[in-house]
Amino acid sequence: MADTAKTSLRTARSRVKGLGASGHGAGHWWQQRVTAAANVPLMIAFIVIIAKMSGRPYPEAVALVSHPLVALILILAVISVALHMRIGLQVVIEDYVQAKGLKFAALFANNVYSVGVAVACLYAIMRVSLARLV
Amino acid sequence: MAQFNLPKNSQLTEGKIWPRPTGGNNLQEFRIYRWNPDDGKNPRVDIYQVDRDDCGPMVLDALLWIKSKVDSTLVFRRSCREGICGSCAMNIEGQNALACTMGIDECQEHAKGKKTGAVRIYPLPHMPVLKDLVPDLTNFFAQHASVEPWLQTETPAPEGEWKQTPEDRAQLDGLYECILCACCTTSCPSYWWNGDRFLGPAALLQAYRWLIDSRDENTGERLDALHDPFRLYRCHTIMNCANACPKGLNPAKAIAEIKKMMVTREV
Repeated sequence: MADTAKTSLRTARSRVKGLGASGHGAGHWWQQRVTAAANVPLMIAFIVIIAKMSGRPYPEAVALVSHPLVALILILAVISVALHMRIGLQVVIEDYVQAKGLKFAALFANNVYSVGVAVACLYAIMRVSLARLV
Repeated sequence: MAQFNLPKNSQLTEGKIWPRPTGGNNLQEFRIYRWNPDDGKNPRVDIYQVDRDDCGPMVLDALLWIKSKVDSTLVFRRSCREGICGSCAMNIEGQNALACTMGIDECQEHAKGKKTGAVRIYPLPHMPVLKDLVPDLTNFFAQHASVEPWLQTETPAPEGEWKQTPEDRAQLDGLYECILCACCTTSCPSYWWNGDRFLGPAALLQAYRWLIDSRDENTGERLDALHDPFRLYRCHTIMNCANACPKGLNPAKAIAEIKKMMVTREV
């Protein structure tokens, strides 16, 4: 703040107005709350499902995840958690990373990571879930 | 990255130890931030002894006592000395407060358990310092102006005043009392990191004061101007603002209400 004040003759009002309101933010804010609420039951179900599978042979896992309800819960959990993670980390980056280039790189990496993790999880769930059909 | 360390030219050095007043046997130590833009030196912390038997009960009384009896070069803002002008906001014992409404005894409560028992006074955090305890609040006031804190209507003005029911008027309680001292805004970490784009608690409290004014006809436009990830949504409900406010207001709650309005108009 102090630095721009020194190097620019822009008025304070002009600096505060900046590029104007971007007209978004409410969506992200609401999604963050909805996914937070959804994560509670989804993660409990997720942990129960994983606990049931642990130490069992692969065919039993296939049998469990083949059940449509189980597969749907896992898919929803992955989508909700990944979305929550993406928005949450984006807020952290916007808070603390001010250098323009680094910020864009970090936001890009955040998106790549979140989408990558989500797609990998969804692929794995579908592969196990649909294993009997293939 | 957000800057967590002070730059080299802002790092504190040891200051002057001013002589003890003669004859006083009820002394209180004050450690006060000093910085002079003209001498090219780093800021320092000066140590003063204030004779409490000769001085009023508030921190501002002590500052005035120092300025008139010990060191006339100490610079700070003050005016009303009764908590309504907002001039003497500063960081006292780690808490943003008005020097005129913060008792010296109250400070000592904060200072308990520390080695010196001194009352430490610094300028409001994370603002450019003009001199000693005087911060540059240009950006803060420009942000307040940017929320257009005045009544905006399209209906032609009535003969008399714009009328409001007592219930609608009650909506403004807890909002209109703000004195723009900047205690809240400068206590907000989100404002520290993104003060150039985040409007901060004080400006947003005033924005909400006009958003819920039953007489105002520009509610939608006001929301449009705030609908931004930085202007509004940098608030993460840290609540330092509510903790700091010397008038007992709750900017965090006002900001939460703005966020609710944003969602309400979408669903």
